[in-house]
Amino acid sequence: MVRINGEDIAADGMNLKEYLEQNGYNMQRIAVEINEQIVSKAVYADTVLEAEDKVEVVSFVGGG
Amino acid sequence: MRHGADVQEKLDKASVAVCGLGGLGSNVAVALARCGVGMLHLIDFDEVDITNLNRQQYDMKYVGMPKTEALKEEIQRFAPYIEIKTDFVKITQDNAIKLLKEKYICEAFDKPEQKAMLTNVVLEKMPDRILVGASGMAGFGDSNSIQTQKRMKNYYICGDGVSEISNTSGLMAPRVMICAAHQANKIIELIINTQE
Repeated sequence: MVRINGEDIAADGMNLKEYLEQNGYNMQRIAVEINEQIVSKAVYADTVLEAEDKVEVVSFVGGG
Repeated sequence: MRHGADVQEKLDKASVAVCGLGGLGSNVAVALARCGVGMLHLIDFDEVDITNLNRQQYDMKYVGMPKTEALKEEIQRFAPYIEIKTDFVKITQDNAIKLLKEKYICEAFDKPEQKAMLTNVVLEKMPDRILVGASGMAGFGDSNSIQTQKRMKNYYICGDGVSEISNTSGLMAPRVMICAAHQANKIIELIINTQE
């Protein structure tokens, strides 16, 4: 199980970019951290989610 | 001494960059200035427009003026003792590192792509900084769904996370001010509670 935004999700072994796309995230409107380390957008496609990973995906909406 | 000498000294020595001077940023900057934060770096590329006046800290006389200059003038009227640095420029991935030297950075942009860009660049390239951002404060009512959360290392986000601007829901002063106050209050708390 991967802990994503506080929930346990069966995304072990999944590619980060695929996970984000499948869950409807707009790549230009997010920031992703894995185990307290920000993930550069350039490596989303090369990042594999592992069991016990703690993932935070912050998604932004307009207005400010 | 309004809050004790040690607290005021921390505020005096603090510097905060406010990125975007709209409904969030102009209200954040005013709140920080009223607390006596010693140095504010105000950054925006836009001019004051008459449509801003329903929620931003400007008045008629500033219409057409760069927001950086207008807000500096406005803050100096009630807090003449604080240092204000301004940059009338659009923050990009390329100039952010050179532009942002302050320990505390407030993300107060309007567009979600810009919010994401600044968040990524600060957290990735400036690991010694603390970022306080915002997302989701459009509309009215539902004050209590606006929250401050520590979502990442060195990153706090304020807002309800979902209320975006649309054709049917714009930004209104009370709710955007609630969110701006969350941001300013978190920055003040961090300044006072952080051990150097």
